[in-house]
Amino acid sequence: MSAHRENPAKIYVSVRADHLLNGRIRPLMFRAKDGPVVRIDRILDEREAPSLKAGGQGMRYTCRVGEKQLYLFHDDVYWFIEAE
Amino acid sequence: MERVILHCDANSYYASVECLYTPQIREKPVAVGGDVAARHGIILTKNTLAKSFGVKTGEPIWQAKQKCPNLVCVPPDFPLYMRFSQRMRKLYESYSDRVEPFGLDEAWLDLSGRGVTLRDGARIADEIRRRVKNELGITISVGVANNKVFAKLGSDMKKPDAVTALYPENYARQVAPLSAGELLYVGPSTQRRLASIGVYTIGDLARCSETLLTRLLGKNGALLKAYASGSDTSPVMPCTHTRAIQSVGNSTTPPRDLENAEDVRCLCYLLAESVCARLRDGGFRAQCVQFSLRNSQLVTRSAQTTLPRPSSLTDEISAAAFSLFEKNFSAGFPYRSIGLSCSRLSPDNLPIQLDFTGCEMQRLRQEKLERSIDGLRRRFGHGIVTRGVVLSQRELLSPVEEHIAQPMRSFTGKEGA
Repeated sequence: MSAHRENPAKIYVSVRADHLLNGRIRPLMFRAKDGPVVRIDRILDEREAPSLKAGGQGMRYTCRVGEKQLYLFHDDVYWFIEAE
Repeated sequence: MERVILHCDANSYYASVECLYTPQIREKPVAVGGDVAARHGIILTKNTLAKSFGVKTGEPIWQAKQKCPNLVCVPPDFPLYMRFSQRMRKLYESYSDRVEPFGLDEAWLDLSGRGVTLRDGARIADEIRRRVKNELGITISVGVANNKVFAKLGSDMKKPDAVTALYPENYARQVAPLSAGELLYVGPSTQRRLASIGVYTIGDLARCSETLLTRLLGKNGALLKAYASGSDTSPVMPCTHTRAIQSVGNSTTPPRDLENAEDVRCLCYLLAESVCARLRDGGFRAQCVQFSLRNSQLVTRSAQTTLPRPSSLTDEISAAAFSLFEKNFSAGFPYRSIGLSCSRLSPDNLPIQLDFTGCEMQRLRQEKLERSIDGLRRRFGHGIVTRGVVLSQRELLSPVEEHIAQPMRSFTGKEGA
């Protein structure tokens, strides 16, 4: 048990990111297990927030991917997105 | 200068974190309970829905399920609660560097200074409440007052997700009619004793003669009168403040009752190992050993002894504890839980008087050996070196393998919430 809890609304992803000099992390692309690599076009917002849909809490990045907008969460050592 | 103290209390903390991390149970009655198989099967906390069925903290899980058959009972996940508590504290620390945690889910914040009034405090409290909800996803209740005790009282008055400000001009209306038991540090026993002299409310307590209260409750009587009058002056201790350690102890409720002396000997070793490792870690030796046992009627008895020399040696401490057991407790089996605590601490770098028999040299060598074992356990895990006596009683083992740090007590001599 820990911040890592599986449920159908939560998709854990691996992330490639820049770790900036000021300590911030800027995710660049992510990939769900067996899924394609998804490149993040732009980060529109980042703030601490809960994920009421998938369950969890952490730094929430509002990402633009193509025409779509999605939330990418960084909770403890895990990254996840909310299932559509 | 007017003091502005906030007390932030996370509502149904464990259950709220569980509901946040497991959305499927969010709309159901949820309780966080200990492990039934390990006999820790009591309700630790419950959400509002479970509360509406009459589920109470501290009652056995089977009893709670009788009241609420659909109760979702989840095991506690303390590492998650601790991590989440740190996130809350980080948010509080963005408002003040004087934040005193009280357990995992409560904290006092001191906002005094720079012309901040109680009304400003109430406004900031509301902002903190909103931020915790929006950024962390759980709710808190905040009490605002000019002292810690009333701030805590305020946070208990309106729940969940609310702010209660207590202004001195409103004490007579808001605080005085409340039951004395609502006041921090007035437990059921103190409440009964106060009732015996006709003190039922906080107002009664504030008006009562200090001499009478001191006669009834000792020095705490005068302290409680000050608390009830709103004149508590105790400062908010920042989390960097460390209190001098007075004692080091550990206790456990094993998965089955202790039925004979061999069971007690095994747990004496286990507890002594844990306590001595912490003594050595803190750079202490202890001269007083206190041993306690609780029977199946939940009655606890304890005894203590003084060692001839300060010690942090497992063999000496466990032998002292076991001889206390043999002298005082050998007739009362079965026992449910067992505790061992060491006090009268002295630094371990004080000079030692050596003797002609070489006994002290032997003790120093033994201490070095135990420090080496501590090092091995730190590097490779607790199970890397185990005593033979413990191997024969594996089913008593699990609970004492790790030392769990308890929340800092806020009031010397009284247990934390």
